[in-house]
Amino acid sequence: MSDARPHLCMVDLGMGNLRSVERALLAALGDVSLVVTSDPGAVREAHAVIVPGQGAFGECSAALARDGGALARALVDHIEAAKPYLGICLGLQVLFEGSEEAPGRGGLGVFKGQVRRFREGMRDDDGALIKIPHMGWNEVRSEGVPCLPARGWFYFVHSYHVVPAPEEAGLARATASHGETFVAAVSRASVLGVQFHPEKSQREGLALIKRFYDSEVVR
Amino acid sequence: MTVARRLIPCLDVKNGRVVKGVRFVELRDAGDPVACAAAYDRDGADEITFLDIGATHEARDILLDVVARTADQVFVPLTVGGGIRARSDVDAILRAGADKVSINSAAVKTPALVNEVADAYGRQALVVAIDARRVNPLDPAAGWRVYTHGGRVDTGLDALAWADEMARRGAGEILLTSMDRDGTGEGYDLALVRAVVERVAVPVIASGGVGTLAHLEEGVRPIARGGAGADAALAATIFHDGHFSLSEAKDYLRARGVPVRAT
Repeated sequence: MSDARPHLCMVDLGMGNLRSVERALLAALGDVSLVVTSDPGAVREAHAVIVPGQGAFGECSAALARDGGALARALVDHIEAAKPYLGICLGLQVLFEGSEEAPGRGGLGVFKGQVRRFREGMRDDDGALIKIPHMGWNEVRSEGVPCLPARGWFYFVHSYHVVPAPEEAGLARATASHGETFVAAVSRASVLGVQFHPEKSQREGLALIKRFYDSEVVR
Repeated sequence: MTVARRLIPCLDVKNGRVVKGVRFVELRDAGDPVACAAAYDRDGADEITFLDIGATHEARDILLDVVARTADQVFVPLTVGGGIRARSDVDAILRAGADKVSINSAAVKTPALVNEVADAYGRQALVVAIDARRVNPLDPAAGWRVYTHGGRVDTGLDALAWADEMARRGAGEILLTSMDRDGTGEGYDLALVRAVVERVAVPVIASGGVGTLAHLEEGVRPIARGGAGADAALAATIFHDGHFSLSEAKDYLRARGVPVRAT
């Protein structure tokens, strides 16, 4: 490859329109080398991968398991080689072992823990129903996640959230509140997973992408 | 703390132009929907809605181009409504870069379209717009009926039952416009908004009648504290005419204890 710039790979799991994430990457980073692909070979050649995701955990898991799990293996190898990984929404959830949304279907298992649904029927202090999916802007509080501000507003659309296992005590995390406090982002080494959508989170979202690129990819 | 109440400016678009231009001093072309959307984005809009009121076949490609150019520079959720009749229309709009589509008359004509779109794209991508008018303008207890075609056609449907059916079929949100109040500046039909919020488990966007910041506040204030309990407030004129900016509106809401996104 003659291009000396870091090579970004956005993984297409065949689950919807990736254009908005691509647009945000280009807006935040300017002229970058970016491919959108589902080819495990391209993942292996990338300096950094971005895994966006909307839709269902089961379909996502099935896409990773195709061809004897070649894509899943490429992603796990990428993470084990301490190369940068940015997971968005399902791209965060698949880092864990499994989800209530699709019992029997596995995630990548990079982190121990499960993906769970928000509890139905919760009410806020005013007695109003807590609505699921959790959709809209919420304030995220970071406890040592490198690319996140201590407090910032981000846009969410989801019904499930990750619950790291107790033995993952060292995992840096950020939380938000929707009836219950839930994990909105996790980070370890060069892996950053966010439950919200930076591509829809205006300035804060683009700034997060930029910080991830500057601190993890370019270094 | 929970999810913030959202403020959503709505731009009426016809043949690729904003019908009623936005008075922003820094805007060179107040009729360009892309520039208007970008200005609202900078001013702190939580989402932006385009309503295509021309919606002829020829105008469709123009709209798709507007949506694509907006999505290149606006990084908050974008909803597009108007003239959506079939799944192919939905597909084209989402592909162009919108995050949600808003369906109104087509849902009345073909309710199964709501199921079909929700199944194909997820309910978060689908807003069902309901235009409601009081059966008796003086008595909310008489209920509301659903109108289509910009308030001209009475469908005979009960608005509360219709909202319930739409939510059950897969609407991710209900955009609820009072035809009695739309364009009056007298405030939302609070009784209507409250009744729908109490009926459905999906977010409700209040629309129609906002003339002051106090109207926005009473629309999104919790029912337990005398408001209508809407999850979001959609408004057009109050923001377009330049009397209030979105940031002023947010400051007003925040000062009254409404959770809003800081920008």
